[in-house]
Amino acid sequence: MTLGLTSRAADGAGGPLVGEEGGDGARPGLTSAVMAALAGVRDPELDESVIDLGFVADVIVVGGRVEVALRLPTYFCAPNFAWLMVNDAQAAVRTVPGVGEVQVRLVDHFAADEINTGVGEGQGFDATFAGLADGELDELRQVFRRKALAARQDRLCRTMLAGGATPGDLAERRLGDLPPGADTDTYLQRRAELGLDVSPAAPFLVDRAGAPVSPDRVTTYLRRLRTTAVSIEGNAGFCRGLLATRYHAGHGAPQGVGRDR
Amino acid sequence: MYEKDGERYFIVDGHIHFWDGSPENQANKYGKGFIECFYDYHRNLSPPEWVWPLDKFEKYTEQDLMTDVFDDGYVDVGIFQPTYLTDFYKKGFNTTEDDGAIAEKHPGKFVVNGAFDPRLGEPGLEEFERLVARWGLKGVKLYTAEWRGSSRGYKLSDPWARRYLEKCAELGVRNIHVHKGPTIWPLNRDAFDVADIDDAATAFPELNFIVEHCGLPRLEDFCWIGVQEPNVYGGLAVAMPFIFTRPRYFAQVLGELLYWLGEDRLLWASDYAIWHPKWLVEQFVDFAIPEDMVSEYGQLTPDTKRKILGLNAARLYNLDVPASVSVSSDSHPGPDVLEKPAVATIP
Repeated sequence: MTLGLTSRAADGAGGPLVGEEGGDGARPGLTSAVMAALAGVRDPELDESVIDLGFVADVIVVGGRVEVALRLPTYFCAPNFAWLMVNDAQAAVRTVPGVGEVQVRLVDHFAADEINTGVGEGQGFDATFAGLADGELDELRQVFRRKALAARQDRLCRTMLAGGATPGDLAERRLGDLPPGADTDTYLQRRAELGLDVSPAAPFLVDRAGAPVSPDRVTTYLRRLRTTAVSIEGNAGFCRGLLATRYHAGHGAPQGVGRDR
Repeated sequence: MYEKDGERYFIVDGHIHFWDGSPENQANKYGKGFIECFYDYHRNLSPPEWVWPLDKFEKYTEQDLMTDVFDDGYVDVGIFQPTYLTDFYKKGFNTTEDDGAIAEKHPGKFVVNGAFDPRLGEPGLEEFERLVARWGLKGVKLYTAEWRGSSRGYKLSDPWARRYLEKCAELGVRNIHVHKGPTIWPLNRDAFDVADIDDAATAFPELNFIVEHCGLPRLEDFCWIGVQEPNVYGGLAVAMPFIFTRPRYFAQVLGELLYWLGEDRLLWASDYAIWHPKWLVEQFVDFAIPEDMVSEYGQLTPDTKRKILGLNAARLYNLDVPASVSVSSDSHPGPDVLEKPAVATIP
């Protein structure tokens, strides 16, 4: 099978082109297990799954061997975030039982050669970009996890405000008071990743250090959460649109993708 | 000048280019990748009738520029922002000289901005002085992600950047446009981080720092520094075209900027030739914040639009504005929060 892109994948809305081939075929269920593992890999900047974003261009499973192709919205997407996605995809697929050799390749990117070689050989980011970096990406990842948490707080706040809560009420809410649903589940999962308290009695609204936001500064704090959410959600929309435009080349009709009219 | 519904608007396009991204000028795969990236921006966010073929987009003519920007695009004064990229393009992508040659043929139509690169050290500083004298520069455009040899970028807080900014202050080059990109040194840091602009704005209160693309993709970080530093401005290039494809998102971005910085510190721009000024001007003048967002962001007035479309830039560049274009004395400068927010108040 070639690494061609289906029009469905190119929409940025459909799934990647997935194939199983080889005389002995893939083990039953292995491909779906690989896809499930990739679904848990996120763009660290956008806090969304690389599958949902349309970044997984191709998955090939042959026997226990897995090849994944990742693509990004532009040739010049930031190399540090690109490296994290390639690295995380490789790590995620490796955890799938029955998977042997794993090769994750970034395509159509200025630093694809460096990143593919570096991650493939198990080097760190610093070694991959020798002389151009002065450390690994843990701090960068943490910065964006905190931003993502703020955006998710904003979403829950808006739901509760629409339900009649006052800003002052929000400062009093505990995690156990949150409305059940996917937004709450994701919020708790992101808090746990940051090492923040996720017990039902823990305060809901916390700042970047994990300290509760006091009622007297909650209004200003909500404004800041809102700005952060607008920024992240806007970036995600732009990235989706650019990805669709980029991979629609020759097929026309890039217009209308990502429109919110 | 643009007129609609009895309102007059003096139009200053704060960010225009005259570039050569053609294959003949591309030095390597990065030059090809760069112009194609711009082209995807152009195709993705322009109305279909304004999309150019790639070969025209790579290299358009002086006549295209004059017709599109001034004859059709309503622009009174265009501010040229150079983007050298000499590691990607043999003759550079868009140099001060490219722009200046056109500006000299059309007096009064353009402001010519220059550029410096702090990595060029002392020799670069002398060259910069000559550039300022030659073109009478009042502003520079800096691209901190520009590659130079093995370097992948710089920060405004670097010691040599300080030296160049001191030179700007000494020579009266007061407007520092800063454009962030995807790379920087060191690569493990967030290249789009605007914290170095915060440092520079504090150190040089006599200079104006216009953050291009209003900090996108770091709108929130830009707002945090904008609210603290009265000499920080937001350039609206790249944000503007969302008015067509994603008007609700555009309303949010503009609403956030007006909330944090106020209406006196935002500069409209097309980023021509990525987008054509005609449809941007028309749609912006017609634009209203959607009903369900008005309680959060308020509504735009003709005065707000007049300032953003031209009066704010005219103030920074000391341009003559016709007496028929004026605003009421009421100003909405944003919240009075000029102290640095405590870290704990930032999400």
